[in-house]
Amino acid sequence: MTDPVTGPAVPPPTPATELSSPKEAVGGWLQTLRTGDIGSLPIIIGLILIVIVFQSLNPTFLNAFNLVNLCLQIAALGIMATGITLVLMLGEIDLSIGSVSGLAAAVLLVTHVNHGYAPLLAVLVAVLVGTLVGTIQGSIFAKIGVPSFIVTLAGLLIWQGVQLRVLGEQGTINLPPTGTLVRWAQFSFVPQWLAITLAALAPLLYLLLSLLTRRRRAAAELPVTPLWLPIAVAVILLVLLQLVVAKLHLDRGVPWTFVFMVLVVVFFDWLLRRTAYGRKIFAVGGNIEAARRSGINVDAIRISVFALCSTLAAVSGVVAAMRLGFANQQSGSGETLINAIAAAVIGGTSLFGGRTRRYAPLLGALVIGAIANGLELLSLSSDVRLIVTGTVLLAAVVIDALVQRSRTSHGR
Amino acid sequence: MGGAREPILSMRGISKRFGAVQALSEVDLDVYAGEVVALVGDNGAGKSTLVKAICGVSPPDTGIVTFAGRQVRVDSPHAAQELGIATVFQDLALCDNLDVVNNLFLGRELRRGASLDEVEMERRSGKLLRELAARIPSVRLPVAALSGGQRQTVAISRSLLGDPKVVLLDEPTAALGVAQTAQVLNLIERLRDRGLGVVLISHNMVDVRAVADRVVVLRLGRTNGEFRIHEVTNEQIIAAITGATQNVVSERVARLREQSAGDDPLAAGSAEGA
Repeated sequence: MTDPVTGPAVPPPTPATELSSPKEAVGGWLQTLRTGDIGSLPIIIGLILIVIVFQSLNPTFLNAFNLVNLCLQIAALGIMATGITLVLMLGEIDLSIGSVSGLAAAVLLVTHVNHGYAPLLAVLVAVLVGTLVGTIQGSIFAKIGVPSFIVTLAGLLIWQGVQLRVLGEQGTINLPPTGTLVRWAQFSFVPQWLAITLAALAPLLYLLLSLLTRRRRAAAELPVTPLWLPIAVAVILLVLLQLVVAKLHLDRGVPWTFVFMVLVVVFFDWLLRRTAYGRKIFAVGGNIEAARRSGINVDAIRISVFALCSTLAAVSGVVAAMRLGFANQQSGSGETLINAIAAAVIGGTSLFGGRTRRYAPLLGALVIGAIANGLELLSLSSDVRLIVTGTVLLAAVVIDALVQRSRTSHGR
Repeated sequence: MGGAREPILSMRGISKRFGAVQALSEVDLDVYAGEVVALVGDNGAGKSTLVKAICGVSPPDTGIVTFAGRQVRVDSPHAAQELGIATVFQDLALCDNLDVVNNLFLGRELRRGASLDEVEMERRSGKLLRELAARIPSVRLPVAALSGGQRQTVAISRSLLGDPKVVLLDEPTAALGVAQTAQVLNLIERLRDRGLGVVLISHNMVDVRAVADRVVVLRLGRTNGEFRIHEVTNEQIIAAITGATQNVVSERVARLREQSAGDDPLAAGSAEGA
């Protein structure tokens, strides 16, 4: 910390000069590492470790076939984790997302199979049920002031009960195996030429936007990032994406549901960081009194966030039901809720509110999905699976608490 | 200062009652552009009530408020802000997880299409802080990383973005160290130089002497004296605050003076200067 009186004033405007060499940038990054801002580094190291462990235990782990399965499996998880990330940003919790996803799956199957709704209409109804549930829970929390933990704990039971009621005596409803819904989730893959094109366009788009921002900053005489940084990131991204696409095309290719999940994650990342609405979510999660005094309608933010979370939970339930081809009384129960929270937290979303890392739900879903998938390949019994999943969640939360403490002591 | 000029904010006969408690009775306060008015008084004298009446949080029961020559009603914080009365409360109300730029523009973000115009917000933040010669290491630091004085600086700068005419500062130096207090006092002088009317609520006589042009003393909900700072001694202000020339503070000063006059001529000089 610089001395408050003799320390530097606001840095004078530096017109478009190269601020730092790669060496200085790495030095600055190491500096932030030491002060407790550990970045996405632990996730990436963790992911590499997981891959090494499971690959050595079962060589089919990195098969193209298994990787495509992994993509299919984590689509629903990533969408649900995106929703819970928004709620965690407020410093709140939603324990009902598993039940809501199960309810949405049940509604989808009952309306489509039993009542003959068109596929799109059935999906829409199921998703709107989620929106309705979230609006109710958010209103009870925001307007009456019941802690979100209690409201959604009650919701966990209530919506599971409604799910059983909706399914009725059948218990399990199967989708027609050649129907549209199953085709969407299980057999829709991005054509190879399109996948390669998209995997090339995404880094290009990133580079273009970075350079445009850089030029605007230079024009406004603000400090700019060194030119090599966005180029390096774009090149790494390009190589990585092309490798993934090539690998997945040794098997069926890139599933559309996975692409859909990535788009959901990217969209909500943009919403959180680049829009006034997202800034309000940050503010409410950071200091509710400050948010209120600056004119933010805190109740509206809370209700809308819970509505978005439940809506995404319902979307996730729909995607899961379409992939599995059925909905039953177990849909959305068990580890669904824990996995989503674990994914959000492992990705770098703080349980204390107001902080999340970029693309946290995607990175977290990759970690949780890889562990679940690896354990399944080893065909371990559910006792081991439960213990491992619980331990991973605990580890993530412990790291979050330690980072928070380190931040406080370093005044970040 | 002041003289024949029109005050920018003028309050006449302000009264406020909470149940059986008469918190303010017939209080008058004038604020001129380019002037720092210190509002002092003991605990429970009605300073906070008066501040809340000015900034619209808790409007007075009776009394006339004139702003820029026009009689106005300030019955909500929003109305106060619309008029051009900005308030910096003691707890600052900053979001620790957001950086300086985002805190400055919280609730009035600039947009560019659907997304935020970060570049323009950062440019204006830098410009504002440079104009105020505020010492902030970087406008992209999270507020949690700033010192108490820097946080106070951010809070005061934020109040200026609405382009106010009058700024109310509630105990801005209360929790600050020596250097940080000096930093905030510098900032208050710069607000005055920009032609703003500044109302400074403070317990600290040293700070009041350092920057205020005028002192208004509240005692038991009434105006108990109004002084030009150069024409008044600390003892007189304290007498007005406590309501007696014979009070604990004056007795203490007298006792010290007697003691030092007796045995140490050097200390007498310093007691005189205090």
